[in-house]
Amino acid sequence: MTSYLFIVLGAVLVNNVVFVRILGLCPFMGVSKKLETAIGMGAATTFVLTMACGTSYLIDRWLLMPNQLEYLRTLSFIVTIAAIVQLTELVIQKTSPMLHQVLGIYLPLITTNCAVLGVPLLNIGMQHNLVESLLFGFGGAVGFTLAMILFAGIRERLEGADVPVHFRGTAIAMITAGLMSLAFMGFAGLDKYK
Amino acid sequence: MLAALLVMALGAVVLGAALGFAAVKFRVEGDPLTEKIDAILPQTQCGQCGYPGCKPYAAAMAKGEADINQCPPGGDEGIRKLADLLGREYKPLSAEHGVEKPKALAVIDEQRCIGCTLCIQACPVDAIVGAAKQMHTVIAAQCTGCELCVPVCPVDCIDMVPVAENITTWKWKYPVVAIKPVTTQ
Amino acid sequence: MQLFDFNGGVTPEYHKEASTQSPIAVSPAPSRNGLKNFLVIPLHQSIGGTPRPLVSAGDRVLKGQRIGAADGDMSSAVHASTSGQVVAVEMRRMPHPSGLSALCVVIEADGRDEWIARQPFDYHQHTAAETRDYLRDAGVVGLGGAVFPTHLKISPGKGGKLDTLIINGAECEPFITCDDLLMRERAEAIIQGVVILRDLLAAGRALIGIEDNKPQALAAMTAAVQAGGHQDMAVVAVPTRYPAGGAKQLIRVLTGIEVPHGKRSTDYGVQCFNVGTAYAIHEAINLGQPLISRIVTVAGNVAAPRNYAALIGTPLHTLLANSQPLPDTDRLIMGGPMMGITLPGDEVPVVKATNCILVGSPRLFPPPPPEMPCIRCGECAKACPADLQPFELYWFSRAKIFGKAQEYHLFDCIECGCCAYVCPSHIPLVDYYRFAKSEIWANESEKAAADQAREQYEFRQLREAREAQEKAARLAARTAAGRAAATNALAMAPVTAPAATSAAASAVTSAATPVTEPAQTPSPQAALIAAALERARAQQVQPANTTNLTPEQQAEIAAIEARRAQIRTQAHPHLPPDD
Repeated sequence: MTSYLFIVLGAVLVNNVVFVRILGLCPFMGVSKKLETAIGMGAATTFVLTMACGTSYLIDRWLLMPNQLEYLRTLSFIVTIAAIVQLTELVIQKTSPMLHQVLGIYLPLITTNCAVLGVPLLNIGMQHNLVESLLFGFGGAVGFTLAMILFAGIRERLEGADVPVHFRGTAIAMITAGLMSLAFMGFAGLDKYK
Repeated sequence: MLAALLVMALGAVVLGAALGFAAVKFRVEGDPLTEKIDAILPQTQCGQCGYPGCKPYAAAMAKGEADINQCPPGGDEGIRKLADLLGREYKPLSAEHGVEKPKALAVIDEQRCIGCTLCIQACPVDAIVGAAKQMHTVIAAQCTGCELCVPVCPVDCIDMVPVAENITTWKWKYPVVAIKPVTTQ
Repeated sequence: MQLFDFNGGVTPEYHKEASTQSPIAVSPAPSRNGLKNFLVIPLHQSIGGTPRPLVSAGDRVLKGQRIGAADGDMSSAVHASTSGQVVAVEMRRMPHPSGLSALCVVIEADGRDEWIARQPFDYHQHTAAETRDYLRDAGVVGLGGAVFPTHLKISPGKGGKLDTLIINGAECEPFITCDDLLMRERAEAIIQGVVILRDLLAAGRALIGIEDNKPQALAAMTAAVQAGGHQDMAVVAVPTRYPAGGAKQLIRVLTGIEVPHGKRSTDYGVQCFNVGTAYAIHEAINLGQPLISRIVTVAGNVAAPRNYAALIGTPLHTLLANSQPLPDTDRLIMGGPMMGITLPGDEVPVVKATNCILVGSPRLFPPPPPEMPCIRCGECAKACPADLQPFELYWFSRAKIFGKAQEYHLFDCIECGCCAYVCPSHIPLVDYYRFAKSEIWANESEKAAADQAREQYEFRQLREAREAQEKAARLAARTAAGRAAATNALAMAPVTAPAATSAAASAVTSAATPVTEPAQTPSPQAALIAAALERARAQQVQPANTTNLTPEQQAEIAAIEARRAQIRTQAHPHLPPDD
């Protein structure tokens, strides 16, 4: 049981996909201007990533491995993720058109979000079983959402700040992201208490 | 090789079926986004954007057919709000659609009015009262300043008068720190 | 009695002694440089709509005569402060930070000070609504500074009953002593006003809160309550701390009730009135005198600070003349040093909101040190009596992110100035809040106008669609009738039909008809055209008086035609003759 907890905690904080593994920076910079959109993107990614981890594990375990088709991993994972993203997009368009409009191009781009492909591949590398895969995917996605929300909160305040003209916009956002990344390195010692 | 093809084909069939089902199940009807865009537009119904009114322009924006910088009465702030809502990049007002002007109201010179009712037909918000061969006048509270009545008047008796600031519409100014030269005593 | 406490607040220097040394003086008759005596009475003196002027230039008015009628219920009437002649109803500069003008009634006083017939109003004999209308027409508004129409506040809370009526005599702002002097000198009258309020609101008890730095006022009010034998009234000394005189703060100190965001105090069974308002109510109801004067403190950089009973409309220079402003005077402030507004000049009149004219000088109010960046020390949050986070409000107001400022409850700010008073960076915080508030108000009124325009536009479209539909329906009905007639004609006379069709076709234009002569079965179009032509012919009625003419008439017509032809040739010799 404790190992499950550590998988989730490790994925959320210690090996945060955005700040430590530096994955999924495209939506992280792109849709973190407002808190609501950041939460929406985080929720969508959480759904997609958890689903992707589960299905990719099943595909790998029951389809690819028995047929010695490991070389098809990347290809088949991408196809699966693309399908899940399409599904998510349809659902969001139906349930929250506003969020759909605001997420815009970043929603279909979850497909090419390296975090969404990276985490299932890491799962395979770490030889997780199904439950561990799901937990790891969920933890990674929660870490992504956490990063998005923290960052969006800071950016909303930054809007009112006296930033030198040349640093306005993405430049100051990058600097902020770097500082936050440094801060997250502080979690690196968390596993010492294992 | 065959196994690989089969696996990929199977995946494609299964995923395709799932997506097809979802597309039917989650079909979107109507467009609530138009309403939200319409709420930002100033409702002058002036047609300067190239659409016959604010609602059609909002619908065009929702579909992605129109740009966000075509509304002169909404001005810079309106464009910023639209950019914010639609997650698009801010861009300055497009010159071909007009320039932002201070809000003005139409005023009919009642000496010159011949009572032709052309302006009444042109007014999109029914802000002009009058009848054939009777003097017309503008209900100031309802006039949006769209200027549509100005070109149709055959005797040029309609003027756009900028709205002057009064005690109730006066706004506190942004605090400015007075910069004074340092004097040595 | 147990008292409570509000968070925050400051204790500035009060400077109240100077203006309390002498009793209230009656305001001098308005005059300047031997000119005639003029009163300038602005029509818009309260929150709400601008009253409509009831007089015009040349009218003679009596003291207390209504010169401006309330515009709707959210407004309050305005009266002539003295008898005389209306010189003009025109735009005059207002005691307003903008220095803009508004519609004023200018009265030239005749010096006789002739009252209208004054009738006390027996509120026991009238319904609550009638009493409210009476107070509205008597121009009674809140005299604490907000000038909110009093009649709108006189409605009992839930259950038709109010627990506590609070009379605000705290007067917490430095320099201002008008309520203090009013309580010292006219305590009896105030208590009579409180009795009226208590009756109108069906209040269980009345608490009169007075800051403990006004012992004489406390004593006078206590004596008045005892003399009247009012068991349900109590005069309570509240600790002196700015802004204890804020309505929400005083309610909290006296009752412990904290009125939350978006609620009214009446929801909690409490209503608050200023002592000056109670006095005005007494004058209006018991004496039949509308609100035409008020107590104004003149203090600050003057030789003789004092309180005056000034007529509404008295130009400030007349009021100030008696107190003799010192030569280094550089500004006039209406209100106190914390919340007051700088006036555009000394010709503006005393209005119902004028509780104090504070004369400023660089010595008294040195220019503030330069504004420095906010260091987020939180002193302002500690000082805020409304329990807000002023530094957050400042952050978003300064950056013009008004939505966020509202999320931090910008509109719960009472602009008391405590935050700016304690700010170590000397940031004029209240100026930023006022800026943000007026921007938000402007945005909201624009939004309301846009919504109205949308509604109008949609209605117009609906109407146009309906009209088009009705027109189409009428047309369709007529076409159907014509079609029926044509079918009937075809059925009854099949032999003559082809001839009729061809005749019709040639009549319209020979090239455009698809139907040619030996048509066995005439097409419905052709029949329709025929029917239409028939109708048109039928409609071309010959004027009845052109047939069966007598020879004399024909000769007359010929003569007329000849004359016309001659005239035409004379006028336009180059034109060919008609026909």
